[in-house]
Amino acid sequence: MIPNDIKITPELVKEHGLKPDEYQRILDLIGREPTLTELGIFSAMWNEHCSYKSSKKWLKQLPTKGERVLIGPGENAGVVDIGDGQAVVFKMESHNHPSYIEPYQGATTGVGGILRDVFTMGARPIAAMNALRFGEPTHPKTHHVVSGVVAGVGGYGNSFGVPTVGGEVNFHRRYNGNCLVNAFAAGLLKSDEIFLSEAKGVGMPVVYLGSKTGRDGMGGATMASAEFDENSAEKRPTVQVGDPFAEKLLLEASLELMASGAVIAIQDMGAAGLTCSAVEMGAKGNLGLELNLDMVPTREPNMTAYEMMLSESQERMLMVLHPHLEEQAEAIFRKWGLDFAIVGYTTDTLRFVVKHHGEVMADLPIKELGDQAPEYDRPWVEPAKQPVLDVADVPAPANYAKALLDLLGSPNLSSRRWVWEQYDHLIQGNTVQRPGGDAAVVRVERPNGGTAKGLGFTCDVTPRYVEADPYEGGKQAIAESWRNLSAVGALPIAVTDNLNFGNPERPEIMGQFVMALKGIGEACLALDMPIVSGNVSLYNETNGEAILPTPAIGAVGLMDDVEKTVGVAFANSEDVILLVGETTGWMGQSSYLYELYGREEGAPPPVDLALEKKTGDFVRDCVIAGRVTAAHDLSDGGLLVALAEMAMAGGKGARLLLPETEVPLHAFLFGEDQARYVLTASPIEASRLIVDAAMAGVAATAIGAVGGSELVIPGHLTVAVADLRERHESWMPSYMSAA
Amino acid sequence: MKSAVLVFPGINRERDLARAFHEVSGVAPHMVWHTETELPDVDVVAIPGGFSYGDYLRCGAIAARSPIIEAVRRHADRGGYVLGICNGFQIVTEIGLLPGALMRNASLKFVCKEVRLRVDNASTAFTSAYAPGQVIRCPIAHGEGNYFADAETLARLEGEGRVAFRYCDEAGETTDAANPNGSIHSIAGILNERGNVLGMMPHPENLIEALQGGIDGRGLFESLARVA
Repeated sequence: MIPNDIKITPELVKEHGLKPDEYQRILDLIGREPTLTELGIFSAMWNEHCSYKSSKKWLKQLPTKGERVLIGPGENAGVVDIGDGQAVVFKMESHNHPSYIEPYQGATTGVGGILRDVFTMGARPIAAMNALRFGEPTHPKTHHVVSGVVAGVGGYGNSFGVPTVGGEVNFHRRYNGNCLVNAFAAGLLKSDEIFLSEAKGVGMPVVYLGSKTGRDGMGGATMASAEFDENSAEKRPTVQVGDPFAEKLLLEASLELMASGAVIAIQDMGAAGLTCSAVEMGAKGNLGLELNLDMVPTREPNMTAYEMMLSESQERMLMVLHPHLEEQAEAIFRKWGLDFAIVGYTTDTLRFVVKHHGEVMADLPIKELGDQAPEYDRPWVEPAKQPVLDVADVPAPANYAKALLDLLGSPNLSSRRWVWEQYDHLIQGNTVQRPGGDAAVVRVERPNGGTAKGLGFTCDVTPRYVEADPYEGGKQAIAESWRNLSAVGALPIAVTDNLNFGNPERPEIMGQFVMALKGIGEACLALDMPIVSGNVSLYNETNGEAILPTPAIGAVGLMDDVEKTVGVAFANSEDVILLVGETTGWMGQSSYLYELYGREEGAPPPVDLALEKKTGDFVRDCVIAGRVTAAHDLSDGGLLVALAEMAMAGGKGARLLLPETEVPLHAFLFGEDQARYVLTASPIEASRLIVDAAMAGVAATAIGAVGGSELVIPGHLTVAVADLRERHESWMPSYMSAA
Repeated sequence: MKSAVLVFPGINRERDLARAFHEVSGVAPHMVWHTETELPDVDVVAIPGGFSYGDYLRCGAIAARSPIIEAVRRHADRGGYVLGICNGFQIVTEIGLLPGALMRNASLKFVCKEVRLRVDNASTAFTSAYAPGQVIRCPIAHGEGNYFADAETLARLEGEGRVAFRYCDEAGETTDAANPNGSIHSIAGILNERGNVLGMMPHPENLIEALQGGIDGRGLFESLARVA
């Protein structure tokens, strides 16, 4: 066993991920050399993952307030009012590094962590999503990572009992050495029964709940704050192991305990485990905290203070309880078969004291541990913008049917059924819009009966766009989530962001971060979608190559009457197909260019936020008024891919009569201009919609009618819906079944 | 209809099942914790889906040894109705109230989707609201639903009309493509000899309202309401 009073060498400091100047800051702060346990505590609190030291300056500039926002960033998850005394709690968080090293366990613990964040606030989880990015399909590791991550996401969520209703899956070579696993969870609670982490009162018992502490996940947060190299597999022991059964018990026991009135404060043990949760509870409440590690339930004998403080064993919680309700609380946890131990007390000293075997292992100023973490204003340069691509530089396909089929059968646009059929998306019986559409919709019953409400959920970002222009790409991520929610009839109300970038110590990466956040912030303001929670994952690099900048957005929308939602499927023959929005034939960074020609060129489509707002509001109003039979936003692959998706979903074809335009046909069909949707409506309603759109200043054009079993553009394309389906559905299963 | 829904640690579809009973009968079921040794006075005991005890060791094996199980056995012996869905089906086979076992899906993957079921025996307490041979839609969500029984047991099940539901295609044909988990004879749900215990992998409780995409699952609960 390493003694606690070991000499702190520069090597030891480096191994803890602390820079020499950061160590000097520690010495200045405490006025002496730290003990080993103290060094571990500092490394846990001051790493990038926990301290946001590179990103804080920029995160502060994001819009986080709004009429509905009850709790913004800074707690375990954001809380947004949805009326009737109810609120939705949600957050998205990355588990990238662990998932690449150990895909199954990395993904399970990512899902477990985010679910815990949600129920720690007192909410029962009602929906989960996952934004997953993998390397190119031909890379030797990709198959293994996809298989393990998808099984892990399902393995945890299915057993826990939350419907996984949506997400994204993309492939790109820039994720070859560093996959992204971004897990989203949302829960429901009463808006006057929100639980927070702020400890209150001196001498209150600090209670440890859940699974036992083992040596797993030691230093995980520190690992997540470093780049990868060829030796990264050696970091496997830092990955935690998930136990969804324990988490399910912890959920039920925690909610039961909260209902009993015994809980003063609660914090889950996530990254940096006991250290982070204890310090946060004390520091937020302006209280000191003393822990007696002899009382911590351990899985293995002879664990040191250092190990216990840095363990990231899963499915654990820390609570401050009302002393007179201790027994009642313990009975609830015994009923669920979980460990329950009083491991400390709050104090008025503002010190974080850790005792083990009667000895003081750490004695640190609690406020400074959190507040005095280094904060960097890292140098950044604005990334060079790509020139706008001339449509003349993009070849038209020789055969439109083949081009469409190739797109639908490409790794990035093919059906994700293989993924979401491994996720239980129906449990709880409230899934109204299932995976595969624009946004998932989940029913929320009002406490006093009446028409049920709906919550819409979507995950979006187009990393290729962000790479080409972080500012426009950042705007686009928000705009696409706005469209996906509007298309199902939900009013977007708030956002969580999961900001995945490379090494912030490189000015060009920091530039991507700064500009993407600028775009995201502007879009959130313009579309009234405040950011209520989030997570930053930096150092996503392997051997010096960064991932595509990937600010994944998880957005939530609200419907007053869930029955009003519509899906993407063509519903009735003879329905008129309307193209809503302006089409200029924007081909820069399009899926057409990337999937068919392997070209990532040009500026991404610009996002006009005022136009997005106007168009989205118009579309949503039409959906809610019951005027349309289907609605779909236009994104990757443009108009023709969207129409094909509607045809496949409805099992019905369409005959298109395209308007006269100066835009070349291939750019009209495959261009990715923003702020566009396809709607279908009865012929009579369609004529009225065109008039109303004009009144609202929104472009809407009839482009054909639903019917038959083929998608037809006379003179250019005739393809059976069955053939579209065959290609769309086959890529992923055949890729995954190949060894 | 008076019903009870059993709750074991790790069960997670108990609310879905309770809702279905409530919707159809107008009465909320009793929720019964696994450590109880007596059941309330009910007509139907339902064992919901989920992952009791994490499905560690073997699906349903640990739950089958819970204190409440003796009371379930007595209830069945008295002729009371027992409905086991998904993990509940696994538990009921572990108890021995139904023959055979549920193995890992042939695909080796968890699968959640909507399938078609053919009602092969519509003259039971659980299926009388359906027409014989009727094809219904029903969600499934399981990793270990691959039903297996030895030849002799199968012959008895088939001969005695104890296969209540079979996986099939839209036309009602039992094909390999329409069998989501590799179950022998495409079996999705079976009855005991007396016809008062039904075990099935699919989740009719998740398709009882138009908002859920259909109401094909209601028939099972309506059938029980007729007799109980």
